Order: sequence, then C-alpha cells, then structure tokens
Amino acid sequence: MQVDLEKLERILPTVQKPGRYVGGEYNSVVKDWNAITTRVCLAFPDIYDLGMSNLGLMILYRILNDLPDVLAERAYLPWVDMITAMRGAGMPLYSLESKRPLGDFDIIGISLPYEQVYTNALEMLDLAGIPLRSDEREGSHPLIVAGGHATFNPEPMAAFFDGFVIGDGEEAMVELVEVYRATSGLRREARLKALAQVRGVYVPRFYRVRYAEDPSPGMGERGPIAAIEAKTPDTPLPVVKRVVRTLPPPTTRLIVPTIDVSHNRAAIEINRGCTRGCRFCQAGMAMRPVRERPVEEIIQATDTILRQTGFEEIGLLSLSPSDYSQIDTLVKRMVERFADEHLSISLPALRADSFSVTLAETIAGGRRTGFTFAPEAGSDRMRATINKSIPSRQVFDVVSEVFRRGWQTIKLYFMIGLPGEEMEDVRAIVEMVKTVHMIGRRVHGRQAQVNVSVNTFVPKPHTPFQWVGLDGSRSIRDKQALLRREIRGRGLKLDYNDPEASMLEAVLARGDRRLAEVIHQAWALGARFDAWDDQRDFGAWMRAFAKTGLDPDLYAYRQRSPDELLPWEVVSTGVRKRFLLREYERSRRREELSDCREECHACGILTAFQGESSPVWCCPEPDPEATKDR
Amino acid sequence: MRLRVTFSKKGWLIYSSHLDLMRVWERALRRAGVALAYSGGYHPRPRLQLARALPLGHVGEREPIDVWLDEPVDQREFSQSLVPVLPEGLKLRQVQEVRSGAPAMQTQVVATEYRVRVDWDQPAKTAKTRIAQMLAETEITHTRRGKRYNLRPLIERLELEDVSEERAVLHMRLSARPGASGRPEAVLDALGLGDAFARYHRTRVMLKATG
Ligand code: SF4
Repeated sequence: MQVDLEKLERILPTVQKPGRYVGGEYNSVVKDWNAITTRVCLAFPDIYDLGMSNLGLMILYRILNDLPDVLAERAYLPWVDMITAMRGAGMPLYSLESKRPLGDFDIIGISLPYEQVYTNALEMLDLAGIPLRSDEREGSHPLIVAGGHATFNPEPMAAFFDGFVIGDGEEAMVELVEVYRATSGLRREARLKALAQVRGVYVPRFYRVRYAEDPSPGMGERGPIAAIEAKTPDTPLPVVKRVVRTLPPPTTRLIVPTIDVSHNRAAIEINRGCTRGCRFCQAGMAMRPVRERPVEEIIQATDTILRQTGFEEIGLLSLSPSDYSQIDTLVKRMVERFADEHLSISLPALRADSFSVTLAETIAGGRRTGFTFAPEAGSDRMRATINKSIPSRQVFDVVSEVFRRGWQTIKLYFMIGLPGEEMEDVRAIVEMVKTVHMIGRRVHGRQAQVNVSVNTFVPKPHTPFQWVGLDGSRSIRDKQALLRREIRGRGLKLDYNDPEASMLEAVLARGDRRLAEVIHQAWALGARFDAWDDQRDFGAWMRAFAKTGLDPDLYAYRQRSPDELLPWEVVSTGVRKRFLLREYERSRRREELSDCREECHACGILTAFQGESSPVWCCPEPDPEATKDR
Repeated sequence: MRLRVTFSKKGWLIYSSHLDLMRVWERALRRAGVALAYSGGYHPRPRLQLARALPLGHVGEREPIDVWLDEPVDQREFSQSLVPVLPEGLKLRQVQEVRSGAPAMQTQVVATEYRVRVDWDQPAKTAKTRIAQMLAETEITHTRRGKRYNLRPLIERLELEDVSEERAVLHMRLSARPGASGRPEAVLDALGLGDAFARYHRTRVMLKATG
C-alpha cells in the first residue's frame, strides 16, 4: 500500500525543499508494482541533495531496473524537519517512485559511502518501522544489505545488516538479487546461507569473533581480537572483494533532478582504481586494479547522456584524472566534440604539473573559476612519508603558471596529523601557502586568492597506515591554532575539521563488532547526521560510550601492533597485509615507492584475482624482484 | 526566433521552485535538441523568460514562457520534439510565435487568475456572506513581511464556486502589476483562512497584449 498521499500533501508545504520528497524526476523508473517479483529499494542515508550525486546508486538503479523481473526504487534520508513531520503523522519512510513504505520491499540496499552515515542508516530503518538488528528481523522483513566504500570495514555495522556487498557492486548486486529470488521458498537462515556463497558478499552471522582475555580497561571484559572464525567450513574467510574485469558500459539515462542539488550535473567514471600508491588513501589501495574506460566509449556515452538528460555539465570522475593514460586526447576530443552544445566539463583535482595547467585551460575555455591542487603535506619529507612526492619547487612553478594564465583563485588541500608529523611540517604548510599567495599577488595584486583546506588525517583500514592511531586531539588543536594564527588576512581563507568529528570518524572507521552497541545507543540518544557540523551530537556519542563501557580512545588513538588481528581482516581487498606493512616501514624511512603502472610492486592484486584479470588492467607484468616479497 | 510556449505545471513538479523550473525547461529543451539561443560571455545561459514566478506548491494551468531560438523552426516540429522529453508534470498547451522585438513578458503581466480549494467548514451561505462582506469593504489592511498595505484594490474578482464536504472552491482574479500584486494566500488570510490547508491553481497569467 502506498503511504497516505493526502497526508503527505499536507505535510509538504510545511517543510524546507519539499521537492526532495516527491520523486517524478525525468528518467526515474516507475514499474508496475504488482507485475514484478523482486522489489529493491536503494537507500542513501543522507539527504536527497547529497544522495542524488552518488553515481554508484545511479548505476545500480539502472542495472536493476534493466532486469525484466526486478524493480528498483530510491529513498533518501529526509532532513530533520521532514523526519519530525513524518513521525508526527505516523508516516513511514517511503520510496520516491511508488511511494511505498520501505517495509514493502524485498531487499533494501543501503549505501554506506563514509562512516558518518551509520546512525543515519539506523534512522532510515527505524523510520521505515523495520527492526534495526539483523537478529531481530524475520522472514517477513526485507533483506537489508549494504554496499559502498565504508564496507571495507563492515564490522561496526555488522549487527544491523544481513549482508554486505564488498567491492564493485555491478555484478555482485545482480547475483545477490537472483540468489535471493531463487531461494524465496526457504527459511530466512537458509536464504542468508545461500547469499553467503555469492562471491564478495559478507554475511556477518556466519562468522564468530573471539577476543583475547585481556582485561585492559575500556575493552569491556575483553581485549583485542584473538580470532575471526567462519562458523561453517563452506563460509569464505576472508571475504574477497568483488572486481569487475572491465568497467560495465556507463550509465547514460541518469536521473535529472527537478530541484537544485549539490553536483547538479551528469557524471561518468573515466577510470576506477589508482596506481599512485599514496599511503594515506584508502580508495587508492582498496580499489585496485586500475581499469580505464576507452576514450571512444566516454565520448559516445557523453553524447548519449546529453541527449537523454539535457545536463549542461558533466563531471569526469576519477581518483586521479592526471593518471588516465589518454587524458590529453580525451579532454581535447571532448572539448572539440561538445563545444557547440554548451556542455561544460569538470575534473577532480589535477596533479601539480605543467601539463595539468594546459589541460585545465583546454577545459575551461575562457572561464576562470578556481584551480585546485592537493599537495597534501607542506614539507618534502612528509610528502615522502605519504608517498606523494611533488617537490615544493614544482608546486610553486606550477602555481605561478596557473596565476599567469589568468586564474586568480587557487584552492589547496592539505592534511595534518600524518604519522611522524612535527610542528615544523605544519609550519611548512604555512610557508607553502604564503609563498603561493605571494606568487599570486605578484600577478594579480590584491585579487589573488588562496583557499586552504586542511583535513585531519584519519588512518583507514586496508592502508599502510592502518596500524597508526589518530593524532591526539591536543596536538591537532595546537596545529590548527598555528594555522589559524598564520593563515589569515586578505586573500587567504582557511578551513579545517572539527577535531571531534575526526575523532568520531576514526572510531567508526577503525571499530570492531563491539562498536554496534555504541552506534545503537548513540542513535537512541539522538545522534544522527554526524557528518553535519551543525547537527552532530558528540555528547550523545560520549554518553553512549560511557553506557557501554567501551573506551573510544582505544579505538581512535591506539597504535596497533603489526601482529594484531585487525577487525577488518574479515575482508580482503586483494592487497596483502604484508605489502601494506612493508609500505608502512618504507614510510617510516621516508622511502618512496614508484607508481606501479611502470613497475609492479606485487601488492597482491594479481594473485588474488588470478584468472579474472584482463588486458585492460593497468598492472604491468610483475617484476620478479618485487615478487620476492611474497 | 522567439516562441511563446504555454504550459501547465502539475503533480509532484509543483514542489520545484521558480528557479528550478527554469532549469527544468532548459534541460527539456536541450533534450529536445532545439537550437536554443544562448547569451554571450563565459557563462552562456539559454535565453528563456517566464512571465511571473509561480510560487512553490502552486499548480500552473496556463503558464507562459518565452524561448529564443537561433534558427527558425516549424511550431509543430518544435512541439513534436519537445513533448516526448518533458518531465512528468509538465505539459505543453500552446506554441505561438512572438515578434522578437516584443517587450519582455514580465512587464506585460496585468493580472493572475486563481482557483483555490481550501478547507472551510462553513455552510455555503455563511461563506458567501463572508465573501460579500469582504468585497464590500474599501480597505482591507494586510501585513506581509512587516509591511502594511491595502489588499482590497488588488482583488479584481472573487467568487465562491462551490462548498462541499467542508471544502470551498474559490475563483479570484488578482491584480499583478509592478508594485501592486495580489497573492491568493493574502485573500484567504483576509477571509480568516490563513491556517487552512489550500490547493492553489493559477489558471491564467493575463498579459497586456492578450487581454
Ligand atoms: S598488482 Fe602490481 S601493478 Fe597491480 S596494483 Fe598491485 S602493485 Fe600495482
């Protein structure tokens, strides 16, 4: 049954941006509910405005709706005013297409792109009237699965989800839907059992985690993880992430929003994965190998997107667009081909080299908005630590070129709190910013603008820094104070994270199964929209920790030893722990590792996906020297 | 070439704002592949003009928009390419050519007509009396955003069409000249229905040229 539309009509005029809650966008798909056997709701646990630019959700929406016997609809988390109104009216969370309560679907796929949406995911389930914990749900409830980047450590949310799709979802999600359908006569437990056999699908209930008898304070009665076990021999351990051999054809029939959203434009992924090997970057490690989309396919798809959506801007998505092997040809051809169609093209931050300037100039035509670089660290030695080696000299040369070619605003991204960072490295950020600003002033005088964004580094699972703890809050505050003192005045703008937000992110990213209790409690105490500075209720989180007796500091700040079993080892990204450890050791010696596009460093990907690899992968033949590491 | 397109905006699309609607039109016209004329400069925008903003939540029955094209097209062809690519809620009612030198539509609006369905738990007779009383006044003081003005001269017509099941259907024509523009919400407010749930249908935007 649809939700009460008349009631909805009376609620809508009372909330901000009611267009978020109505669907009906061009290219959205409404199938005949009763004619379809398997109904999937793809849910994004943040507001519509953000969720609409999530390409992953859009891709799955298309793939599933292209199956004749499946329908896929969408739901986003309503903003707080709408949540209150819906709860007041007793209206459950509904899908935008059919306006059906989420409880009417067979499968709900919740996207977890980052950790700060965990309480939002619970809010969605609760608003839909669905029990939060997997073990409280029965056969009559929808299957609740998660996908997305944060699931590389599924453990903190393991209690709430029936399953997780780890890695590329395009094929795995279809297989999951098919297996679920094929087992529809069976009991819930048996169906879940069948799902656990789908490659890349993690079903937490079939695993047991044992904790060491370490009564260290804050770990409850239990210490660090002693063992992760599969309960039955046919359950895979670890669950190896899925990779698609080649990128599936791009989604062209993108949904066109009828209200303004962030990133209100089309998007196409030009490559997936990254070979740079930046040691802080989870995406760079976890999304290997690199798979590129051919230039021709991108051009063709853009043309189709243009005709099917009418978007006036397209974003070329990539972790590192400068590394797309034919970026020059691609950009030139795109500009040539679509110049008359008033299509603007956007790219994520480019590498700081002179080639990037030419590239950006080709894309921008005569327009000059901001130019973004991410040196990430201020000093050469910190950049060697994180394996993002651009000499400061080069940054200045490029910046000066950028200013001379007419840009007046440069945006710089940095991180603080990196392992081994000293105050002098933070001072180096200040120096770099000031030098860049000075270069700008020489060209543009008082018009020169440098916007500086300094993120606090949060060590992420499956990276060479996974053993490292978050930098202490005292240290972070001191570093931020220095930046605040020095980076100010005309033409300079600084922004940085709230230290509490970073702490929360670290806890959630590095957590184990025991954290579920805390997340549940925090949500019950009112925590939600944790990524929103004006909504985050840090106090609720601290109370939740106190109630459960777990110590957040141990999750966030503890340096873990290399032989400790890490919670996220239940999942394998294909990159070996051994490789990560060597990389960590190299980082401490400030030794760099070259881009593995030139020489393979035997990270483990090729071994893990033996037989699945394809000539389009950007991995060269492994170097016998490097393979000795195995 | 300048075309005046009359359209209706209904259904869920009524929750798109005036600015959103411009974008919806721009994208629909781009999908249709018509030769839109663009403004110059580094941020070219298509030349489109709506007569008057339709407030969020209001249905528009016959809304005009002017569209400038670089190449002349046959009006029938224009419609044929546009109709299949319109989003749900947007319907084409009429396409007419306008002299390209004709004044901007915004300057030509004189009045708007509304049909409003509002929760009103009064018998028809009481409602009628209430309306008649209000129209008999020469001054109805109304306050909006701290500014007081006389609403009465802005109401050119107000009729009760129907009252049934505690809902009334009202027809109104409101002046819509620069600096003297009536809002249907104000009229309901003056009738003591400021808090009642209402559905607003703008049935006509009246331009000088068309009467
Ligand atoms: S297998 Fe080799 S080339 Fe491929 S991602 Fe790993 S290190 Fe790079």
